[in-house]
Amino acid sequence: MPLDQTVTQRDYTLTGPSSERARELGLASAEWYHSDIPRKVMKELMARKDGPAIRDTVIWVVAHVLTAWGGIHFWGTWACVPFWIAYGVLYGSACDSRWHECGHGTAFRTAWMNDVVYHIASFQVMRNPVSWRWSHARHHTDTIIVGRDPEIGWMHPVSLFMKLLSFTSIIDAWVSLKILARNAMGNFTTDERDYIPASELPKAVLAARVHMAIYAATVLAAVAWQSFIPFMLIGLPRLYGCWHMYMTGLIQHGGLAEDVLDHRLNSRTAYMNPVSRWIYWNMNYHVEHHMFPMVPYHALPRLHELVKADYPAPCPSIWAAYAEMIPAVIRQRHERGYFLKKTLPPTARPYREDLQPPAPTREEMR
Amino acid sequence: MWVTACALDDIDTEDLVRWDHDGRTFAIYRDTKGAVFATDGLCTHENVHLCDGLVIGDQVECPKHNGRFDYKTGEAKRLPCTARLKTWATRVVDGNVEIDL
Repeated sequence: MPLDQTVTQRDYTLTGPSSERARELGLASAEWYHSDIPRKVMKELMARKDGPAIRDTVIWVVAHVLTAWGGIHFWGTWACVPFWIAYGVLYGSACDSRWHECGHGTAFRTAWMNDVVYHIASFQVMRNPVSWRWSHARHHTDTIIVGRDPEIGWMHPVSLFMKLLSFTSIIDAWVSLKILARNAMGNFTTDERDYIPASELPKAVLAARVHMAIYAATVLAAVAWQSFIPFMLIGLPRLYGCWHMYMTGLIQHGGLAEDVLDHRLNSRTAYMNPVSRWIYWNMNYHVEHHMFPMVPYHALPRLHELVKADYPAPCPSIWAAYAEMIPAVIRQRHERGYFLKKTLPPTARPYREDLQPPAPTREEMR
Repeated sequence: MWVTACALDDIDTEDLVRWDHDGRTFAIYRDTKGAVFATDGLCTHENVHLCDGLVIGDQVECPKHNGRFDYKTGEAKRLPCTARLKTWATRVVDGNVEIDL
């Protein structure tokens, strides 16, 4: 294929030909590779604690309050800007990791604590807490299996402009709001019905209605008080504070293989600074998280040390992750089937190599 | 028909092991008091072996999606699990766990 030609869009729907193909190839609900970890150690790693998540949640809530106070107190002056920047990240980026970890039920040992934080974070990230629980379950069952995974972030060929725009969340927030409004009216797409059991749909409708009611109340408050501040506190942070969520989230799977049964080849682990790891709740250990999703975020660094000899070398920084990912994504726009093939160390065990075709070279694509 | 599955000592208390027999897979548990229980080995939500999951009290947690079952009754206790897990009668004979298939 000529390099100046963009490849045609793959079918990423959950009910189309790709779904049929995934089933035929045995990629749906398949058995995935797991690194060997002694059972006793694995039980220690999976053990739940309340302490770390209570500590982090208290910091998160107090930081919300303090930065919101600063933003309101200094409103109308330049001094309010850093407060809103910080508030935005706490609301519009940290929400994603809290939504994620509490959705897995691993952040806290106490179930109701997971549920409370899950629902708050789901609202902040503008996701229906019911339907997204099911979509994320499918993402873990069939990670980056085309036609099965509803959470594939890089659908080829990727529009780089749209990806850049995602750092503002303008499109994503608008689409999310429309989905919530549609769900609130009881409408679900065929894809949504593919992964949400029918018995759960009424709960999804109720959750969407609660979210929409809070947004309506925010609009009413802004009108009643003749103030923009209610929007700065609720809703808008999902736009002006989402950049960290996308910065970290896009490197999870970008440029890597589709349709393999080995998380070492379709997910990326990258080292990050401590602040980003706190905001992201250690999801930079993404291969580890996918291979062992019941290991809580606070145990992932220890898990990483135990399995790293069986994994591709982690990216040494966020910057390094983008440096390897962006050129690969650009090639994927022009070279059908291309992906960044992660190299397993000599100490690692390969798995199902029959599902891992060699990445085509440029010469082969001509 | 009672079939010997494993030695009792093969299972730690508050833990489980996998046992494959005649093309089927089972999970065999010991609770905190040492009593033995058995269920089907795969989660009813997706095709995942429960043997890699965590036993917490009377419940087993699926290692993939956090669904939980009461392994003594088979009842699904947490989403995304909704369908009951089949349970099997067990007994201990001469230090070995037997399952009534």
